[in-house]
Amino acid sequence: MNAQTAANNEDFVLSVEGLTVSFDGFKAVNDLSFYVEENEIRVIIGPNGAGKTTVLDLICGKTQATEGSIKFRGKELTKMSEHAIVHAGIGRKFQNPSIYEDLTVFENLEISFPRGHSVFGALVFKRDAEVIAAVEEVAETIFLSEDLNKTAGLLSHGQKQWLEIGMLLIQKPDLLMLDEPVAGMSVAERKQTAELLNRITKGRSVVVIEHDMQFVEDIAHRVTVMHQGKVLSEGSMERVKNDPKVIEVYLGH
Amino acid sequence: MSMQNIRAFMPRQDLIAFLVLAVVIFIAMPLAMDIFRLNLVGKYLTYAFVAVGLVLCWGYGGILSLGQGVFFGLGGYCMAMFLKLESSTPEATAIQSTPGIPDFMDWNQITEIPWFWEPFHSLPLALIAVLIVPTIFAYIIGVAMFKRRVGGVYFAIITQAVASILTILIIGQQGYTGGVNGITDLRTLLGWDIRSDSAKYVLYFVNGILLFACLLFAQYVRKSKLGRILLAMREREDRVRFTGYDVSNFKIFVFCLGAAFSAIGGAMFTLQVGFMSPSFVGIVPSIEMVIFCAVGGRMSIIGAVYGTLVVNWAKTSFSESFPELWLFAMGALFIGVVMAFPSGLAGLYRNHVGPFIEKSYKRLRLSYENYRKPDNLVTSD
Repeated sequence: MNAQTAANNEDFVLSVEGLTVSFDGFKAVNDLSFYVEENEIRVIIGPNGAGKTTVLDLICGKTQATEGSIKFRGKELTKMSEHAIVHAGIGRKFQNPSIYEDLTVFENLEISFPRGHSVFGALVFKRDAEVIAAVEEVAETIFLSEDLNKTAGLLSHGQKQWLEIGMLLIQKPDLLMLDEPVAGMSVAERKQTAELLNRITKGRSVVVIEHDMQFVEDIAHRVTVMHQGKVLSEGSMERVKNDPKVIEVYLGH
Repeated sequence: MSMQNIRAFMPRQDLIAFLVLAVVIFIAMPLAMDIFRLNLVGKYLTYAFVAVGLVLCWGYGGILSLGQGVFFGLGGYCMAMFLKLESSTPEATAIQSTPGIPDFMDWNQITEIPWFWEPFHSLPLALIAVLIVPTIFAYIIGVAMFKRRVGGVYFAIITQAVASILTILIIGQQGYTGGVNGITDLRTLLGWDIRSDSAKYVLYFVNGILLFACLLFAQYVRKSKLGRILLAMREREDRVRFTGYDVSNFKIFVFCLGAAFSAIGGAMFTLQVGFMSPSFVGIVPSIEMVIFCAVGGRMSIIGAVYGTLVVNWAKTSFSESFPELWLFAMGALFIGVVMAFPSGLAGLYRNHVGPFIEKSYKRLRLSYENYRKPDNLVTSD
């Protein structure tokens, strides 16, 4: 039985099991388990304070778990440092656009390029053809080809969100975690972002936290609904939408 | 290095700034001043090493150290220990109860040279110590603080505490350090009299060359990806961390680099001024050095040099007439600069003087071109 569970876990990109974190006795995430498959877009929804962002914090190493395990391709993440988790292949976008406003769009992407991450490596890093090609390719994906030499602080809110997604893409992560990627975007930008996400998920898995239900319907393969640190419901959007428990705590109002 | 790489490392504007500073330090100052004044400028320029290091640490990396005097002092003491041993020959110290040891040791009833003084009999070892001792000390502080994610105000306060502790230690261990007077009466470097006018000239130029070496290295760091990572870190530390960088290593590096620069400055101070004392280690000199950097502009390595010169010149002339008011003036200067000109002299130049020069230059060229025209009908306005 045990052997079989282990074998099954190997098939998942990410398996979170019995994850618990308590802040001074308050359990923000309580015995949470969920599994993300290869090439899947998983959306986590739930009311404010359900612990969605905390889950992402736990996976990327920002917060230390009190109990439970997070396995990424069979590798235990809970004891790894943040930068090691990034090198393992996990990229995370923050809720507010988190970019380097004083640097240009090009420089923002260049810093994220996965080479020269040690002190010495950064000192001797060369902007060669490979870097330029990678930056230009990503810039095109995130609709910022024309703005490469612009100071990032001058971009619109939506463009900043795209830039941060681009900064993750250039690292070619196997698992991409996005915290409210369309918050504060216009309707047109939301549509563009949904297209963008559908395009970039080829060959990788994505975990998204989102409130915008239309957007969730557009992108989600499966949805996990969280409530008070636990999974309330899980499945296709159709199933979750019609789950009476979900309607009561989240969708109903 | 290809032409393009050189241009990326040293854009035209920076090149001009470097050249102008070189002319000021290597030509204008030596021609305009007698050796007494020039030696004074040389002394000021030793503080500029610290200010340049602070530009990288504080301006770029966002790490405010209020204890750079520690590293300046350690570098200076390492140099002074060598010079002191050289001048404490048994012949020169024949009147002491134990000849052949530094005078202050003799006064404190110490009869043999302590073990940690022994390496300073050798100039190469002393020079290595000048660089290594302060850098290792900075590394230890850096690892202890940055690996635990201590930063901002807490870090600044801790560096102050370190500066204070080291001062107390030096003053308290009189027999080993020369106490509050410091290590004085330094005369020769491998038999070469460093108090002579010609030596002062030579040391001034050596100091200038070393300062330029540090400036060039700082420029390289600024323009490398590491410089951009420092900026990124200052702004969004978490983003840098979650891009796969070990942020603490970068902070430790830049803090150690600032310490190494300061140490070179300290050693050159000892050579040019002829002594080293705890009054260059403590909290007050450390804060003064931050002020030099702030006045010059904390994002400009060249600005930091001018900032150091201007504040020290003001300090010398002001404190000659109003010695008791100087500290208040310094405080007011710091507050004024931070409030009104957060980018210091460099910002002032970039926003006002630079555009003015450019405009005048264009106007001059235009009128020259008009003058050259055969039918001189169009007038420039």
